[in-house]
Amino acid sequence: MSEPAVAPGEYFWQGDIAVAEGAIAAGCRFFAGYPITPASEVAERIAARMPLVGGVAVQMENEIASVIAIIGACWGGKKAMTATSGPGLSLMQEGIGLAVMMEAPCVIVDVQRGGPSTGLPTMWSQADVMQARWGSHGDYELIAIAPSSPQEAFDFMIDAFNYAELWRVPVIVLTDGIVGHMTEKVVVPPPDEIAKRIVERRYTTLPPEEYLPYHLDDGEWVPPMVKAGDGYFIHTTGLTHDERGYPDMSAEAQDWLVRRLVNKIRKNAEKICRYELFAPTGEKVNSTNEIDADVCVVTFGVTSRLAVPAMVEATKRGLRVAHLRLVTVWPFPEWVIRDLAQRVAGFCVVEMNLGQLVYEVERCAGGKARTVLCGHAGGGLYKLDSMLEAIMSAAGVATKGDTPCAQL
Amino acid sequence: MKQNRKKARNKRHPLEKYLRMERIPHIWCPGCGIGTVINAFCTAVMELEAEGKIEQKKIAVVSGIGCSGRAAGYLRFDSFHTTHGGALPFAAGLKLANPELTVVVISGDGDIVAIGGNHLIHAARRNVDFNVICINNFIYGMTGGQVAPTTPLGARSSTTPYGNYEIPFNLPHLAASAGAVYVARWTTLHARRLKDSMKEALLKRGFCFIEAISPCPTVFIRRNRLGSGIEVMRMFAKRAVVEKNPDPNRADIDLRRDEPIICGKFVDIERPNFLDLLAQQARRS
Repeated sequence: MSEPAVAPGEYFWQGDIAVAEGAIAAGCRFFAGYPITPASEVAERIAARMPLVGGVAVQMENEIASVIAIIGACWGGKKAMTATSGPGLSLMQEGIGLAVMMEAPCVIVDVQRGGPSTGLPTMWSQADVMQARWGSHGDYELIAIAPSSPQEAFDFMIDAFNYAELWRVPVIVLTDGIVGHMTEKVVVPPPDEIAKRIVERRYTTLPPEEYLPYHLDDGEWVPPMVKAGDGYFIHTTGLTHDERGYPDMSAEAQDWLVRRLVNKIRKNAEKICRYELFAPTGEKVNSTNEIDADVCVVTFGVTSRLAVPAMVEATKRGLRVAHLRLVTVWPFPEWVIRDLAQRVAGFCVVEMNLGQLVYEVERCAGGKARTVLCGHAGGGLYKLDSMLEAIMSAAGVATKGDTPCAQL
Repeated sequence: MKQNRKKARNKRHPLEKYLRMERIPHIWCPGCGIGTVINAFCTAVMELEAEGKIEQKKIAVVSGIGCSGRAAGYLRFDSFHTTHGGALPFAAGLKLANPELTVVVISGDGDIVAIGGNHLIHAARRNVDFNVICINNFIYGMTGGQVAPTTPLGARSSTTPYGNYEIPFNLPHLAASAGAVYVARWTTLHARRLKDSMKEALLKRGFCFIEAISPCPTVFIRRNRLGSGIEVMRMFAKRAVVEKNPDPNRADIDLRRDEPIICGKFVDIERPNFLDLLAQQARRS
């Protein structure tokens, strides 16, 4: 135990390394994972670093065990995470549901690769974006955040742990094979600056005889926690439960519980969602009111960078191109799309899959603006021409493909 | 007389402090052995507390899914009811995050050995410091009596109506082979010996495995025409053979055959445990 958790300075880091370092900076002290390309470097870095900062890193027998172990560690009082890629995320879905139901704050990093099945192990995609949201059975909401560079991978890990603690949900960090394996400059700020950004777990101040694990005070969405060993004799279960945490197999209990689990995110989406909006001039703006454009390009994660050359080219051809870059992908900022739909002729959704987030955009646009997919099956890069054409057709000046699934 | 009744009402059972009395009555069927196992566990904790060796608030109980998986919900410890098969990795995460805890998994054979089988062998191999109390009733009870990896060859279940055609696991042999440092088996007739084994396991460091053979009168016993719960207890009394350090390889079990049910402590050895090895590695880093 001889190294500081945060070593400020400038580094030349791979995205996966930045994820690991960001997690440790955020206070993560338990990692459980299973090797999988292109996420293994996260586990390797964490295995090297954890013993030095007094944490535990363990390689489990599979991803099911990994996700359940981090939920256990979370009730043991640690900030905990795992890192995986598509096939592993599939295996983790049941455990993600358990984390939702127990309200166990934890972070799951998905370095997306091409799927389905084994797909393209060494290459990228963004085809897990819907699985991140809907993968586990039942009604639920969670938070997903998508970095586009190693620097963001570092910073967003701190944000991800903060979200997990604030809302007591599993948070999915949707990175991908490009961001995970690209190497760029990462600036690690001084420890005191990072400390100011960190949200610590909220533990109850009540004595055991007054504490109910799922009781909410008026106006509260998220109950305070306890950890095992503190004398609270808590019970928590994946079953539908009452405020004592005890199973309650009734429609009333189901409604009370699941509605709250969903609403704590849904009703607070405006507080949770983060996005960046750029006017056609390239200037970053704070409000959709400031947007006056022909087309709005919607991106998240790596496509926020991949779409830039085509947006420049479209601007050269006289189009006014706005850019909405989602930082948090889930919950989805419905009101932003609704507003923008009044202000642009069309949306061009650039995502490295064959049409997933485009459905959210199309739904929120509600027929007020055209919605075009600029998709890619993964493992390669976009051709400038095809992306340009998608942007043009969203603006209504080209004809190719004006429905989400009909093109590219 | 009236006075006595009042006295009896006010007198609390000594094990009540270990139970969530507000959740009683429980869901287990008449004649089921799970309650006996819970009784043995609570008594083991009570005795160890009296001896000053353990503290209720430092014990965590983890269960998976199934009849036995409901144990966590009735026990007044920090108790966690996880996914089907998820109890062991949950227990591992809990213990590694807070090594002060004494972590005990109480769950069934289907949960621990079928869907959680991979987790079982790896927890035993790593020798993570927690206990597993596996209540074996040879069947999936809660879902209505389907075949389990412990169901004897030829036995009836709802998914093997013509007889089971799979060879079952011998659990002490499995746990011992995978590296458990403590392996014992008792039937629910052996409530005191079961309790003593639990006391040993609670104090022992490393991965400990206790199999509790339990009658399931509602599905296994009824389908296989083995009589009532009490008749099965008589059968345990007649056939159980308590041996000193028996060979786990000989611990195959079939309640339907007139064969000895080998009980006892199969393994009690020392082996470096996960947390010690981890600490050693951290010192080298």
